[in-house]
Amino acid sequence: MSNPKGKTNEMDSGRRNLLAVTVTAGGVASVATALPFAATMLPSDRAKALGAPVEADIGSMAPGEMQILEWRGKPVWIVRRTKEMLEGIKKSDANVADPNSRVPQQPEYAKNEFRAIKDEFAVLVGVCTHLGCSPQMKASDAQAEMGANWGGGFYCPCHGSKFDFAGRVYKGVPAPTNLEVPPYTYLSDSKILIGDDKKGA
Amino acid sequence: MAATQKEPVTGAGPLNGILTWVDERFPLIENWRAHLSRYYAPKNFNFWYFMGGLAMLVLALQIVTGIFLTMNYKPDANLAFASVEYIMREVSFGWLVRYMHSTGASAFFVVVYLHMFRALLYGSHRKPRELLWVIGVVIYLTLMAEAFFGYLLPWGQMSFWGAQVIVNLFSTIPFIGPDLSEWIRGDYVVSDATLNRFFAFHVIAIPLVLLGLVAAHILALHEVGSNNPDGIEIKKNKDPKTGIPLDGIPFHPYYTVKDAFGATVFLFIFAIVVFFAPEVGGYFLEYNNFIPADPLKTPLHIAPVWYFTPFYSVLRAVPPMFDSQFPGVALFGASTMILFLLPWLDRSPVKSIRYRGPIYKRWLAAFVVVFLLLGYLGTEPTNVWGQFGPWLGEVERATVVARICTVIYFAFFILMPWYSRMDKVLPEPERVTS
Repeated sequence: MSNPKGKTNEMDSGRRNLLAVTVTAGGVASVATALPFAATMLPSDRAKALGAPVEADIGSMAPGEMQILEWRGKPVWIVRRTKEMLEGIKKSDANVADPNSRVPQQPEYAKNEFRAIKDEFAVLVGVCTHLGCSPQMKASDAQAEMGANWGGGFYCPCHGSKFDFAGRVYKGVPAPTNLEVPPYTYLSDSKILIGDDKKGA
Repeated sequence: MAATQKEPVTGAGPLNGILTWVDERFPLIENWRAHLSRYYAPKNFNFWYFMGGLAMLVLALQIVTGIFLTMNYKPDANLAFASVEYIMREVSFGWLVRYMHSTGASAFFVVVYLHMFRALLYGSHRKPRELLWVIGVVIYLTLMAEAFFGYLLPWGQMSFWGAQVIVNLFSTIPFIGPDLSEWIRGDYVVSDATLNRFFAFHVIAIPLVLLGLVAAHILALHEVGSNNPDGIEIKKNKDPKTGIPLDGIPFHPYYTVKDAFGATVFLFIFAIVVFFAPEVGGYFLEYNNFIPADPLKTPLHIAPVWYFTPFYSVLRAVPPMFDSQFPGVALFGASTMILFLLPWLDRSPVKSIRYRGPIYKRWLAAFVVVFLLLGYLGTEPTNVWGQFGPWLGEVERATVVARICTVIYFAFFILMPWYSRMDKVLPEPERVTS
């Protein structure tokens, strides 16, 4: 033994190095073992498969009607907007925080005045950008309840965020950004595919 | 090393023999003395010193009732809600076990809040008990995690949307947020995967951590010794012959008996709640949670259970900045984390409120008021007090009050190094007063 008991207090650097290497290797192995455990908590293949696109039939929607679909477990709204609703959006330009949709909460093809491919149909993820509640539709004549500058849109009951019929967030409410527009595409005049925009568009 | 030479056990009658046999193989008498019969606690404990023991009692209650609930509960999004109703209606005395568990959750926070407030009153977080306090704050945070995970399990509307809101807090963290919250949920929304893992955390992971932390808390306490309402160290005045603190009395039998009395009174009140008002007007069990979870329909008003609401109010009080909700979330986190710093923020020459000057007393009173006010506001929608007139931009009154309270809440901590030092204090006594 190079360092017999009682002879000297000097460190055996060879053994110390071996110890350091062993501890390092053990540490790497421990982290490598922990990773699969952490990975089991990621969305499973089944959860990912359930995130597949969904088709919506809009041919039979009456003006002003709203349709709620489930995509990736989130509500997606399709609203057939009337002329008044579109007018209300124009009027609320001054009251919303991001009138020109600068924050990328929509695909490029929906970065326009009404945040839609076709003005008549709004397609929005119905999840408040504040903390994930689901807002409710409030007509444009609800000024008594919603304040004088209300031009119609959506109201989040959780913390009072307000959005217009293009999903643009009002100033001075808790939600920081406009409602998300999901990727979508028109399969025909009466059919929308939500969750995928690679075909056409 | 087996069977070391020790004194035989005496005073246990017919059990002397077996205890001697055990003691030769296990540090039985040594631990009994160190933590009970020769652990000397100050003789002047008052009402506030019941809370630690009561917290342990509630922990035991939660573990036992939890085990029996697990026998009938199903952690499956399709079955969970119905299995809780099954426990309530069809399992013999299932309602009793569940109400004990749900009341126990709130009772846990009641005693823990009082336990923590005791530290603020008597300076129990001060040197040499800083680590004891830090372990205690970790226990408190762990308890919050335990309560949060457990609240999802009944799979009611409030379970679901409460979890949705809290998990989304993580998604506001810059860069890693969205991926992090997806990892926590195991899905794109709160779902069966989320329920299943929250169940695992609630029944296994967190309780194990909690038990370890409680053991560490008690070991740290018994290392430094208990503080007392006078905030002076009893170890400074020891009997020169025996080395026993003159103002100390053995924990057992003196405080075991006193705590047993406290436990009896506590259980009396606990039973009244369990049998006559288990929902406590919607504060212990929220009404919306009697509706099954519906991912497509948000309840009109989402509020956490009462013990989270002071911090939830802080979260709501902060407006978004730089297009991000993160500042509010950061302050929400800071409002709990700041507790860790308390032992080092307090610079008063005395520990106990009895000898502190008027400045600390007023700050502490203000802190209690804003904590309770934030707690109340967190249970209500932000428009609960209406809006100010147009002359103040029609902002909600409750939001303004919550903002002022948030500022006072943080000022209590941040300004403490100054106001605690400049306060005019009274001289501490040499020995504890009765």
